[in-house]
Amino acid sequence: MGAWGGHEGRERRWKGLDRLESRNRAPRSLLVALVLASVTLITLDVSGGGDSPLEPARRVVGEALGPAESAAATAVRPFTAVPDWFRSKGDLAEEVRELEASNAELRGRVELAGFDRNRLEQYDGLTAAAADLGSALVPARVVAMGPRQSQSLTVTIDAGSAAGLGPDMTVVNDDGLVGRVLRVTRSTATVLLVIDPDSTVGGRVGSSMEIGFVTGSGSLDQETGLDLRLVDDASVPARGDTVVTWGSATGPYAPGVPIGTITDVYSSLREASQRAVVEPFVDFSALDVVGVMVPSGSGSDRAVIEADGSLR
Amino acid sequence: MTQLRWLAALGAVLLALVVQVSLFPHLAWHGIVPNLCLLVVVAAALTVEAPFALVLGFTAGLVLDLAPPADHVAGRWALALTIAAFLAARVRQDVRPNALAVVGTVAAASFAATSIFALSGILLDDPAMSVAGLLEVVLVALVWDVLLTPFVLPPLMRLFARLGPQWATA
Repeated sequence: MGAWGGHEGRERRWKGLDRLESRNRAPRSLLVALVLASVTLITLDVSGGGDSPLEPARRVVGEALGPAESAAATAVRPFTAVPDWFRSKGDLAEEVRELEASNAELRGRVELAGFDRNRLEQYDGLTAAAADLGSALVPARVVAMGPRQSQSLTVTIDAGSAAGLGPDMTVVNDDGLVGRVLRVTRSTATVLLVIDPDSTVGGRVGSSMEIGFVTGSGSLDQETGLDLRLVDDASVPARGDTVVTWGSATGPYAPGVPIGTITDVYSSLREASQRAVVEPFVDFSALDVVGVMVPSGSGSDRAVIEADGSLR
Repeated sequence: MTQLRWLAALGAVLLALVVQVSLFPHLAWHGIVPNLCLLVVVAAALTVEAPFALVLGFTAGLVLDLAPPADHVAGRWALALTIAAFLAARVRQDVRPNALAVVGTVAAASFAATSIFALSGILLDDPAMSVAGLLEVVLVALVWDVLLTPFVLPPLMRLFARLGPQWATA
């Protein structure tokens, strides 16, 4: 495009160059406008906090895309078992050996725990609070998981307000605490996992009944999943202790849900407090079926598991 | 023609998002999945005129920000993908880009977008993450995006080229 020979040629080339410019180069004004629009959105969302003006937009997008995510997850689910087909007999035999060993160990513990449990049952029978704890479980499956690039560890489950779910309800699976519901649409709900760096759960150390706060580390790695800080600086949590939630029946986390075991304890001189690493019971990289704790007797579009184990 | 192209682009973005959050978590490496929405935006930036690509980048980012299960501050992916679209459109010359240029552009756009998102997170203290963790996320995401480029970019670029006014068909 260098040669501008003759008047006619120049006319033609200028026109051609113009068109090329408009196609090729992004107009700066548009870039600036879109960047400013993004910054405006960020500002609105940050300053809005809990009830930000973008919440309705999130809800609308969720209503539209939730069913699509559920459908995609249903279509994909049969294929997730494919890696299991390639496991050898040796692998399976080893797994059976490991399970037998852990089973024997657990049976020993259960037999020893019988006395404690009986005593605990008597106490529980005395307290009226035990009746309030009976909440029902709405079963749901994980249909979408947020990418690590987005830095927040959240999942979508395929139960929403039609199934009786609402914000701040506790989500568990058969291993322990999974997280809490952030927001719901009609057919889906977004769940904040406890390993998210933004998540804080009130925790209680099983053996000493000391309370503290469990924060997520932002890593899917099960060994380094959670951090525990005790309120009482003087008490030192012990390795191998179980941590359960101490929340209230009205708060975001129901009390007494197992979170994980303490694997390491660090004491920090600077902050004069104890920090313990808690390994969560739940394997967050393989989440599938979860249950959402709803008040007993609430209406739902699916079968609900009641506190006594019956289906309704 | 433009409306048809908008419909195709939005459809591609929504499909990319659903596949990204529902299918790829099963294949993810430490939770890091390929950013398919970014690939759609780069394909548009390499094929059609820059204003379209910029607005598409903003829209795709907004969908990533608002669609469940996203919970970060909205507008961060919109900012990152707008700038990635701008960079990709700048890289493009007025001839059809060859394979190496496409891969290079995807790598650069992926690095820029994930980094801008991570930096905005540090600025806003959205979730505070360690710098080592961020570097891991940025690099693994880059490898994922480049790995998927040969499968995703050619059909998308053909689609956008067919639906858009073409410059040189050479």
